[in-house]
Amino acid sequence: MMEITEGSHAVAEAVRLCRPQVISAYPITPQTHIVEALAEMVANCQLDAEYITVENEFSALSACIGASAAGSRTYSATTSQGLALMFEVCFNAAGMRLPIVMSIANRALGAPLSIWNDQQDSISLRDSGWLQFYAEDNQEATDLHFLAYRVAEDHSILLPAFVCFDGFILSHTYEPIDMISQEDVDRFLPKFSPYERLDAADPISFGMYATPEYYHEFRYEMDRVLKQSKAIIQKTGKEFSRMFGRDYSAMVEGYRLEDAETAIVALGSICGTTKDAIDEMREEDKKVGLLKIRVFRPFPTEDVAKALAHVKNVAVLDKNISLGAKGALALEIKDALYSSGIPVKDYIIGLGGRDVRKKDIKAIVALVEKDQGDIFYGLRREVL
Amino acid sequence: MALAVGCRARPGKSRDNKTGSWRVFKPVFDREKCTKCGLCMTLCPEGCIHETEEEFVAPDYTYCKGCGICAEECPGEGIKMILEEK
Repeated sequence: MMEITEGSHAVAEAVRLCRPQVISAYPITPQTHIVEALAEMVANCQLDAEYITVENEFSALSACIGASAAGSRTYSATTSQGLALMFEVCFNAAGMRLPIVMSIANRALGAPLSIWNDQQDSISLRDSGWLQFYAEDNQEATDLHFLAYRVAEDHSILLPAFVCFDGFILSHTYEPIDMISQEDVDRFLPKFSPYERLDAADPISFGMYATPEYYHEFRYEMDRVLKQSKAIIQKTGKEFSRMFGRDYSAMVEGYRLEDAETAIVALGSICGTTKDAIDEMREEDKKVGLLKIRVFRPFPTEDVAKALAHVKNVAVLDKNISLGAKGALALEIKDALYSSGIPVKDYIIGLGGRDVRKKDIKAIVALVEKDQGDIFYGLRREVL
Repeated sequence: MALAVGCRARPGKSRDNKTGSWRVFKPVFDREKCTKCGLCMTLCPEGCIHETEEEFVAPDYTYCKGCGICAEECPGEGIKMILEEK
């Protein structure tokens, strides 16, 4: 059913339809509306779940670890400093192979304090073993929750997943959403079947200690499984598109890319603005296209190499910066295209909520065509 | 031993983990000086010092990490830490 909904509320509704049994979260801007809505659903008996209130995000995700290990479908949501506080717990959840799903309403990290959007928070946890999905709009943010649970809970994967959508830009924006019915969600997402669970009658510990003889192999296994999840993501995305019409069968998505000479690569809501800018540039006969990255972990290296094999220039938009190096997405794209010789330039954009408009995308295309890049785009030099 | 998913384990797993391999210095107990006061058994963080059948106390070198607390605490100075060549 089509309805006009705020992004956060659409995500909360999608989570309700996934029937989580335990939710534990701590409110933080701009994620608050999601967990407020879920708390209300639990209080109103619209969702049969245990809602555990806690004193901070470390405890929130720790409670999810316990609940997931005990055999519950588990959910949390956070952003920015909240996610930073979960750093240790994120590595534990992944290492214990617990399929927790967590929404990230992407926000900048302090200091300096900023409540506005960029993607530094989830990007900074790229090495934690969580799957990372990025949504372009609220419809995708909604749908990716169904997909994330299916993939994470697959017994050949068993890894937790972030569903990332840009704070404020998506979380606080009203858009029309085609919400899947409970009946259909139940057909797509079966009841949670834990691989192993805590049971007093048959005690077991999770995430025990591994000596140097074993730890190396545990990390290898997580890497192997994360790479293996690419096939499961594509298969599950295909099934979703068969059932509901929206196609998530590919981890990357091209827009007017087939005959493009310059390709823009981006993550998240900026892809929407970029598509509009591309439409206008196409009117002026500029051969520009977009490669949208929907899944950042596992990284679809082969898909990127294939999709960009024919272009002359690549401009990567990064709403993050690995300080002292480059944007995290650019590093991946440069790796994927290393042997092709295609020049790749990085543009750090929109940090801490700086607006990025169509004119900025066009300016970046002009820069990459002149071979100028690997820069912070739009620096206000007068304040430096 | 094959890896368990998520490093999960059933109870008793610490017995499989032979921490004795960590040892650099080995506690050597002097039977003559031992009064069986039990301080070493109480204070051993690994809990690996036990009474033996010969009415003496001795560490289980399979698990003794060689921390030296027993030697430090023994009131009769009956435990020496000896560099162990492996």
